[in-house]
Amino acid sequence: MDLRELYQEVILDHGKNPRNHHFPEPHNREGRGYNPLCGDKITLRLQLDGAQISDIGFVGQGCAISQASCSTMTEAVKGKTVQDAEALFSKFHAMVMGEDGAADDFDSLGKLAVFAGVREFPMRVKCATLGWHTLNQALRNEGSEATTE
Amino acid sequence: MTQASTVAASKDAPFDVLRVRRDFPALHQEVHGKPLVYLDSAATTLKPQVVIDAVADVYARDCANIHRAVHLLSQRATAQYEGARETARAFLNANSTHEVIFTRGTTESINLVAQSWARTFLQEGDEVLITELEHHSNIVPWQIVCDQVGAELVVVPMTDRGEITREAFEEQLSSRTRLVAMAHVSNALGTVLPVAGLIELAHEKGAVVLLDGAQAVSHVPVDVQELDCDFYAFSGHKLYGPTGIGVLYGRERLLEGMPPYQGGGDMIRSVTFAETIYNDLPYKFEAGTPNIAGAIGLGAAIEYFTSFDLHALHAHESAVLRHATESLESVDGLRLIGTAPDKVSAASFLMDAAHPHDIGTIVDSEGVAIRTGHHCAQPVMEHFEIAATARASLGLYNTTEDVDALVRALQKVQELFG
Repeated sequence: MDLRELYQEVILDHGKNPRNHHFPEPHNREGRGYNPLCGDKITLRLQLDGAQISDIGFVGQGCAISQASCSTMTEAVKGKTVQDAEALFSKFHAMVMGEDGAADDFDSLGKLAVFAGVREFPMRVKCATLGWHTLNQALRNEGSEATTE
Repeated sequence: MTQASTVAASKDAPFDVLRVRRDFPALHQEVHGKPLVYLDSAATTLKPQVVIDAVADVYARDCANIHRAVHLLSQRATAQYEGARETARAFLNANSTHEVIFTRGTTESINLVAQSWARTFLQEGDEVLITELEHHSNIVPWQIVCDQVGAELVVVPMTDRGEITREAFEEQLSSRTRLVAMAHVSNALGTVLPVAGLIELAHEKGAVVLLDGAQAVSHVPVDVQELDCDFYAFSGHKLYGPTGIGVLYGRERLLEGMPPYQGGGDMIRSVTFAETIYNDLPYKFEAGTPNIAGAIGLGAAIEYFTSFDLHALHAHESAVLRHATESLESVDGLRLIGTAPDKVSAASFLMDAAHPHDIGTIVDSEGVAIRTGHHCAQPVMEHFEIAATARASLGLYNTTEDVDALVRALQKVQELFG
């Protein structure tokens, strides 16, 4: 078991210095995520113009995986359409869950592929997906908190 | 040499941890290619072979339902089950087996008291007193019943060292306090509460007292006569016994006056559609087929545990905890959470370098098992304005070498994140 598979440079970097770590103004969507197992918290705000995520940012606290994943997520979806973002989440989810066939599609994930190692650490999957679940919740503008339970 | 004579021989000897470790099969395995260092006994303890055998033997031989049949297997199973009850009675020094109820665990024991005693006897405006360091299982059942009857939940604050002081307790105790529920030992912080004195104060106000003994029974002596508590709850799986079994001790006259918790078979003397007559204690509170193998396994666990000189055992654990406290305090950027002078078993901590969840994953890669998170004590986390801690906790099989392995693993955390 190689820890480096999980804690790659990119993840350590984004965990320590998360990108888009501020609330964008203006914003018209908000999502809150909470991982009850370890107390990871994320508040996400984004500006949706039509079908495009024109700006996105978050404030959060928690483990390196959760914060780094949210950080790379915001980088990946900023400027993309909702549809593209949802497609990315689908691929990302399949990758971290270690689903068959997921391993082949890393190119389209770009930097997000650094989280491939999470599939060897099933206890941390919820950390890696928290930011994405929160994004989902923000896009749907649901009132309650996203949780990975 | 039979297991029984091996165990009996230990009684007069000092605590020989290396010999004791051989009794625990789960201890002897590798995790990620490294020898397992198990520092999570507060979550659940490993089991000695005698307990594993006791449970297996129930299914292999005395496999029968209890109390019901006249055949030999049932007689043997019943004798073993009731024998385990007597073992639990003696362990707690309860007056009678009428006062020893088998439950699924501490949580169910507390819910039983909440729904059977508190729901019946609390009135609107009454107060239930708990403390800030309680496990959720000693908070939520009281929230539920207070909601149901319109009573108020009052909380004794803890100090920043994680103590519940007599002064703070007295300040929250009032003439309206009808029940006090508190941990004997804190699971998140390891604090040993000064329960004897607090129980006296509570009784002066006419309140009944329930102690959550889940973390206590394996680390401090428990004598319900000396403590004079009204209810005492503990779990088998934190006392080197199986999961799915626990005990509620209750003062006989209180249990007599309480309505049943669950209805069903065994807790009745007779059933007609016109009228059902409940069974005597303790059966009134044991509806349905119980965890027979679990209870018998718990009996074996108590026998194993009490086969040691408990003074020597506690002294051993104290020495390891002292070593843990000193070693952890010397790690750069590490802060201990829970620093009461009177502590057992648990060392909760934070590191500047990394979040507890990351700490846990990294030390796991070195074979070290600790727990990370809020430990079902979110109010404790809130007190320190944190979301989670990493917690190492000791059992009787742990050594100072185990602590050293943890500290080495923490160096890895520093390397990776620092």
